[in-house]
Amino acid sequence: MIPGVSITEILTLTSILFFIGVYGFITRKNLISILISVELILNASVVNFVIINKYLFPDVLEGVIYSIFIIAVAAAETALAVAIIINLYRQTGSVEVKDTQVMKY
Amino acid sequence: MELNSFLLMRHELSLLAVILILLIAEIFISPGRKKHIVSIAIVLFGLHSISGFFPLADSELFGGMFRSNELIHFFKNVLNLGVLILLLQSADWIKEKMTDKERGTEFFILLFASLFGMYFMISAGDFLMFYIGLELSTLPIAALAAFEVMKRKSSEAGIKLILSAAMASGVSLFGISMLYATAGSIYFDEILLNISASHLTLLGFLLFFAGLAFKISLVPFHFWTADVYEGAPISIASYLSVISKGAAVFILMILLFTVLKPLMHIWENLIYVLALATMFTGNLFALRQENMKRFLAFSSIAQAGFILLGLITGTQLGTATVVYFVTIYISSNLAAFGVVQAISSQTGRENMKDYEGLYRTNPKLSLVMMLALFSLAGIPPVAGFFGKFFLFTAAASQGYYLLVFLAVVNVTISLYYYLLVIRAMFLRRGDDPIPFFKNKVYMRIGIVLTVIGILVLGLYSPLYDYIYELSGILK
Repeated sequence: MIPGVSITEILTLTSILFFIGVYGFITRKNLISILISVELILNASVVNFVIINKYLFPDVLEGVIYSIFIIAVAAAETALAVAIIINLYRQTGSVEVKDTQVMKY
Repeated sequence: MELNSFLLMRHELSLLAVILILLIAEIFISPGRKKHIVSIAIVLFGLHSISGFFPLADSELFGGMFRSNELIHFFKNVLNLGVLILLLQSADWIKEKMTDKERGTEFFILLFASLFGMYFMISAGDFLMFYIGLELSTLPIAALAAFEVMKRKSSEAGIKLILSAAMASGVSLFGISMLYATAGSIYFDEILLNISASHLTLLGFLLFFAGLAFKISLVPFHFWTADVYEGAPISIASYLSVISKGAAVFILMILLFTVLKPLMHIWENLIYVLALATMFTGNLFALRQENMKRFLAFSSIAQAGFILLGLITGTQLGTATVVYFVTIYISSNLAAFGVVQAISSQTGRENMKDYEGLYRTNPKLSLVMMLALFSLAGIPPVAGFFGKFFLFTAAASQGYYLLVFLAVVNVTISLYYYLLVIRAMFLRRGDDPIPFFKNKVYMRIGIVLTVIGILVLGLYSPLYDYIYELSGILK
């Protein structure tokens, strides 16, 4: 429990964080920025899990443990994405979406 | 927990052993003899597949995080056979293109790691195990999609897959956190007791569903499919369209029919709309594709729409038909991808125009392709017909007559574009037909196995009875 802060305020914060991530994912034109937006979405859920655990169900640590796993998996995901971006950069010399894309829907 | 209870995870342990043996083999086999690793991997995986058929007791391990029963064992065996056929089909490609660059073993290790994740995903007993399994099954595939590092398209496919997969799992996680908030637990059994149709639960369910719908490539979440299939190596496109999709359908079915059953009046409508959207979009976009891989991508989207017809029922019949259809779909789609891979690895040509006059030069391959496409379209003598027929029966038994009617309309549309390929192969004389070539042994075994699957699975009725009996477990 954080004194003076209710669960609603924190959940509002994480929801805003989540939607900033979704907005960024759709509008950004740079692969690294898209990756950062994805991280925002994942971190919004991490905070969600911890806060829900702490405020609503403080007896069992399910949510906290879940968030540790999310952090670990997100790190692996980012590493892989960055590796592929670097490979793409070697071939095209750019990380902008419009330069890297050859297949169109 | 006793040591003995670990043996109840025999599928996982033996696959892990295969992965470790391959890692050691990679160190000790000298660079000149790396080609043998392909045979070693296939033999080891074959042994692993055979070991899966021995009976195994039902289990619930790690305090309910991991559970498995006969239906899950059966589905793991189906996945094993699918991967085995896929390995046979891609063996020559790895031997010729990858082993001299020292990259043969990686392919197998990543592919098996992804299958390992799928095992855990389909036997998950709580959302944590489910999430880890889902990620473990997706990440290696993204690495494999970008496997041909010198090809720009391959890297593009990889980045598209990894970014959309990360986004989908993030959205899904946000939904799971809401389900956790309302139900107070991440264990499926306890969620089932506490779930109610409150607004927060519904929002959580929708977000969670979006993540899985992405893996099955249902329509609003299908944008990655065609590009990834086109850019990735063919064996990976094939893996994504059969194994990965099949496993995701299976876990979605388990979740909908058990944990989320109290919300059935909600997800019925959701699936109704998604099924229609998926079938129509997949079929209509498939009409205008020129590239065979993109064509098969949209065809696999449309097939996912048909699978939803079985999911909408929520009954034992629904479970049985979905598992049966996925089994048949794996063999018919692997046959189609096998032919595309055989032609592409010999001549490097992938467009529908290149297939003109194929019957004159390669009659056997074009017959296999014809059988595969007939099975995908659902024409009577082959297995695909029975799969679709049972799915439609399941949906009709719950009174979804309009949905079944629209699905039949879609089958007709799909027949048109499947026949386009068959017309190109049999009736057209191309200006520049693909010359005659002989397939290598592995490829030939892989294709023959799929043909046996297409011909036998539909006519051998004890298989369906067996699946129906197993489906009773899911209540």
